[in-house]
Amino acid sequence: MFKNPEELKYAKTHEWLKEEGDVCVVGLTDYAQDSLGDIVFVNLPAVDDEVKAGESFGDVESVKAVSDVFSPVTGKVVEINEEVVDNPALVNEDPYGAWLIKVAEVSEKDELIGSEEYAALCEEEH
Amino acid sequence: MELKTPLYDEHVLLKGKIVPFAGYLLPVQYEGVIKEHLAVRKECGMFDVSHMGEIVFRGETALASLNHILTNDFTNMPLGKVRYSLMCNSNGGVIDDLLVYKFADDYYYVVVNASNRHKDFEHMKNNILEGTTIEDISDSIGQIALQGPNAEAVMKTLLPEESIPQKYYTAIEHVDIDGTDCMISYTGYTGEKGYEIYTDNEGIVKVWRLLLEKGKDFGLIPCGLGARDTLRLEAGMPLYGHEMNDEVTPFEADLGFGVKMAKEEFIGKKALEEKGEPKIVRAGLQIIDKGVMREHQDIYVGDRLVGHTSSGTYSPLLETSIAQALIEKEYSGLDTVVEVDIRGRRVKAKVVKMPFYDR
Repeated sequence: MFKNPEELKYAKTHEWLKEEGDVCVVGLTDYAQDSLGDIVFVNLPAVDDEVKAGESFGDVESVKAVSDVFSPVTGKVVEINEEVVDNPALVNEDPYGAWLIKVAEVSEKDELIGSEEYAALCEEEH
Repeated sequence: MELKTPLYDEHVLLKGKIVPFAGYLLPVQYEGVIKEHLAVRKECGMFDVSHMGEIVFRGETALASLNHILTNDFTNMPLGKVRYSLMCNSNGGVIDDLLVYKFADDYYYVVVNASNRHKDFEHMKNNILEGTTIEDISDSIGQIALQGPNAEAVMKTLLPEESIPQKYYTAIEHVDIDGTDCMISYTGYTGEKGYEIYTDNEGIVKVWRLLLEKGKDFGLIPCGLGARDTLRLEAGMPLYGHEMNDEVTPFEADLGFGVKMAKEEFIGKKALEEKGEPKIVRAGLQIIDKGVMREHQDIYVGDRLVGHTSSGTYSPLLETSIAQALIEKEYSGLDTVVEVDIRGRRVKAKVVKMPFYDR
């Protein structure tokens, strides 16, 4: 079974979102990392880049496939996880610790779902 | 509706991640592509390749039929020998690449790609000579590929040395593996030493379980389609539908060694003669910048489109991205720097020697 921490919000495109004050932290879910398999490359935006809710902000390459990563919010990137850029396998090892980007000045949010509803969605797609 | 190979239940039992491939449900991986890839390079792994097609040629004119339909020359081929060949259409494009096993002067075994099996059989049926019969026995045959430096040691736990083929591209029929009648060849698609074991659908399950058990001491793990692809790519081996297709000639795909132009006649010979030296060749690329090259990405030198990638991946052994490419000959020299369009991003790569890995 996939881990989906209760305190997080989820996008149907398999990203998670954590709100830390005014900053939104975005990463890939356990289901996403498991579907992709061994992740070998993460392409992230630069700090100060704009991201838009529902639009791709980067991509993640595993040995066998490439996948877009979508932003659940509109705002400005204030930090990217350099550790993940240097060691993409961290996303496989700890998907909820290995965040990808932090977004501030959030002006718009996609409709996100809770852990239970997200777990049901994964079950359906699996 | 996808078919199941006789080993389907074993894959589910071993928690393989099942995907549809060439009309079959097969595991793309068990625990992870990188782990499985490295097991084959350093110890050994085994693959369910039961989806491969097997077509038997029999009859007095079997040899003449093969020489007419296929590009290689099978004249004077010794018994128990295996030979790679292309099968071309009359325009010189590749219908399939395949292996021919000879077991008697009037009995050959042809192993074809799963995705091409029906197309191949039709083409063969329409072109065999009088006195040849062919039969597609794919549905009643299972196949396991045992690959890696420890593959021979694993085989020796099951068989006496004389029952194990000793030379590359040779095969032995009617080998008894714990009561199962098998055909074994010293062949593979990984660039490692290894064997392919063929038997009926019931027997293949027994052999699979036996190998899993005996192989434990030799680091054997089951491997999926993902590792099969990264291994063959590193080994510089072509895959039908990628490095070649109905419109690519064997010479463009750098598979001229499987074409015997000196042969009096074969389907596609005339077209290949007329086409002459290829302007496009198959070359290896290694990425310079960051990213992962995939199939069907355009290759540029400056503003000029000079070719496209036919297969690309991350190489678990080299820990960087590699690709096979069909590229204009003048840009195929070693160390030529090109740009690959990875989803709208131009990324630098250079032409390197293939195979990328050679044991």
